[in-house]
Amino acid sequence: MRLPSFLRLSPRWAPYVFISPFLILFAIFGVFPLLFSLYLAFQSWEPTSGLQAMEYVGLGNFAFALEDEWFWKSLKNTAWLALASGVPQHLVAIPLAVFIHNSFKRLRDGVIGAYFLPYITSTVAIAIMFSSLFSKDFGLINAGLHSLFGVENVDWLGKAENIKPAVAFIVFWRYLGFNVVLYLAALQTIPKDLYEAADMDGAGRWQQFFHITLPSLKPMILFGVMLSVIGGLQLFEEPFILTGGKGGIDQSAMTSAMYLYRMAFDFNDFGGASAMSWLLFALVVLMTWLTNRAFRPRGGSV
Amino acid sequence: MTVDRLHPSHAASESPTHKRMRRLFLQAGLAVAIPALPVQAAQGRRQLTVATFPLLDEILKAALPAWRRIHPNVDIQIVSRQYGDHHTAMTTALSTAVRLPDVMALESSYVGRFAQGGGLDDLAKEPYRIDRFRSRLVPYAYDQAINRRGAVVAMPADIGPGTLLYRSDLYAKAGLTEADFTASWDAFVEAGIKLKATTGAYLVSNAQTVKDIVIRTGLRPGEGLYFDQESRVLVNSSRFVRAFELARKVRRNKLDARVGAWSNEWAEGFRRGTLASDLSGAWMAGQMANWVAPATKGLWRAAHLPERTFVGYGGSYYAIPRRATPENKALAWELIQLLTLDRAQQFAAFKSQDAFPALLETFDDPFFADPLPFLGGQPARLLWRDAARKITATQVHKQTNFADEVIGTELDNVLDHGKDIGRALADAERLLLRRAHR
Repeated sequence: MRLPSFLRLSPRWAPYVFISPFLILFAIFGVFPLLFSLYLAFQSWEPTSGLQAMEYVGLGNFAFALEDEWFWKSLKNTAWLALASGVPQHLVAIPLAVFIHNSFKRLRDGVIGAYFLPYITSTVAIAIMFSSLFSKDFGLINAGLHSLFGVENVDWLGKAENIKPAVAFIVFWRYLGFNVVLYLAALQTIPKDLYEAADMDGAGRWQQFFHITLPSLKPMILFGVMLSVIGGLQLFEEPFILTGGKGGIDQSAMTSAMYLYRMAFDFNDFGGASAMSWLLFALVVLMTWLTNRAFRPRGGSV
Repeated sequence: MTVDRLHPSHAASESPTHKRMRRLFLQAGLAVAIPALPVQAAQGRRQLTVATFPLLDEILKAALPAWRRIHPNVDIQIVSRQYGDHHTAMTTALSTAVRLPDVMALESSYVGRFAQGGGLDDLAKEPYRIDRFRSRLVPYAYDQAINRRGAVVAMPADIGPGTLLYRSDLYAKAGLTEADFTASWDAFVEAGIKLKATTGAYLVSNAQTVKDIVIRTGLRPGEGLYFDQESRVLVNSSRFVRAFELARKVRRNKLDARVGAWSNEWAEGFRRGTLASDLSGAWMAGQMANWVAPATKGLWRAAHLPERTFVGYGGSYYAIPRRATPENKALAWELIQLLTLDRAQQFAAFKSQDAFPALLETFDDPFFADPLPFLGGQPARLLWRDAARKITATQVHKQTNFADEVIGTELDNVLDHGKDIGRALADAERLLLRRAHR
């Protein structure tokens, strides 16, 4: 049965029609909020008065953000958490991937799956689980520390100086498996004959690791570190849930992403929050570019 | 209790109770949108939408039969969300003017926040003229809804007079009478030292709760907590120094259990008698009796807060959005009046949900003199009624939430790291100055 001509899709338009569901959704939920927040960044707005209540303030919100102590405090927290959770991720993931690659044959997928599981688990479930693990009097972590090293109960989530390490540990634990998978994929692309040749020349395990494995992994390290930098700067869910949405004592786990959310929804300052989100965006771009530069081979491009 | 006890912890509520609210909020649990009645196709039927939250929705449901008697043709649609979600949804609805309800329930800390903008109708103007009813309402509850421009943005439904609940047996063991520890805040802390030495029990759950009330002590009517009318910052003052010093004294003498309200350790403290007193809203007595520590029945008593401090711990209001459907506004106002000015309705809410009435006409009822078994037969509602009349409204500033948190953080610095109080308050002042006019 043939459709009447006005219902038929001409080949000229078909691709656009087929791709339109994504584009429409992306425009509504992606592009529009982006542009709206850019617009808001230049406005002062009391949201309960309605959309008409916006007032143009030029660069006022940006000036406020740059002079705001809490914005800098949140940036410092973010940098601390990104480093403390990000660096160990890679330092552990690379050797671990090599170990899994060399030592497991039949059980390989199972082992990778075990490390990958935290990554696909819901953040809320993870945060709830860890808040009971980190509990001062009844938590498993304190119980373990006490029986192994005789350490007094640590108030993990109730003291400013302990919250950050606790959050960093969770982030490390969560994303380690993801990085292991990245590095395992890269390891499989290293030609076996390189190692065979090295064996013939009498290179030991360590020499092979440092002179073959590590240089060959470099593009993947760049990719993994870049993802960690971006993810680290946008860290939100783990500290948010673990500290009840406030960042804990002295806001010591309040990341920039959390702070700008709170600016809007707790402190009713949507203009300031938008300005901060664009400053954070600029920072993410800058850091990504710097990472890219740092890992670029001399005299070439990645 | 007021309906407020169901509220979750949010950024920084006006009352010091916000943390306590979480537990109950979780208990009350489910966010439900209940279409009260099926939409009638019949001609002439109208529908009024009310956006509300638990347990205020229960009170509204209980009032529906009375409403139907007056307006059989007007259906009430109740849209009930969890406390936090409700207020976020209302912020969004007001900002975009889309899907605005005809009647909006608000918790007292949000009344102050929403009053800053122009999203709610001024009930003092025609056709509402709320000033006609002013003398019938608890004064502070009414005043709390007046914004800086003099507009009255909401009608009070219930209130939460502050009270001191204490374990009479423990205090007696320490040889302390009520007059000994309620005379002044200093006397309260001194009594705490004695109490700790004799019974080992903590005076309060957390030193922060002492600070929260002491900064509200001695406020003149209409005076702001953190900012004055002209947005001047008030935190570097003797009022705050005193609150910080008292809190530090509490901590230094180990008089606070250092537990967060509504935590397991907190509830356990009341059950085991390691927490000897609590500063909170009158509704806390009902909470204690119902689930926190029912086994301690008869051991507790209520008193006015030390130094005869009268503060409100939350409360509920009804407002009409400015851009709600104009044809429904008269009906919406009628519904609000039924809920807030009708003696029978106010009483029903008091009896079923412990929502302390904001309507003064209810105050002469013998119900107030009933003995409360949990408090050893003390007719404590008389005490709370007395407190309700004496509470004064505090001016809410746009940055109150932020200030709450800054002050809490600085007190933590003082308590945990021995930061100098003068420096802590100067740091807080600097942060607030930057925000005062935003």
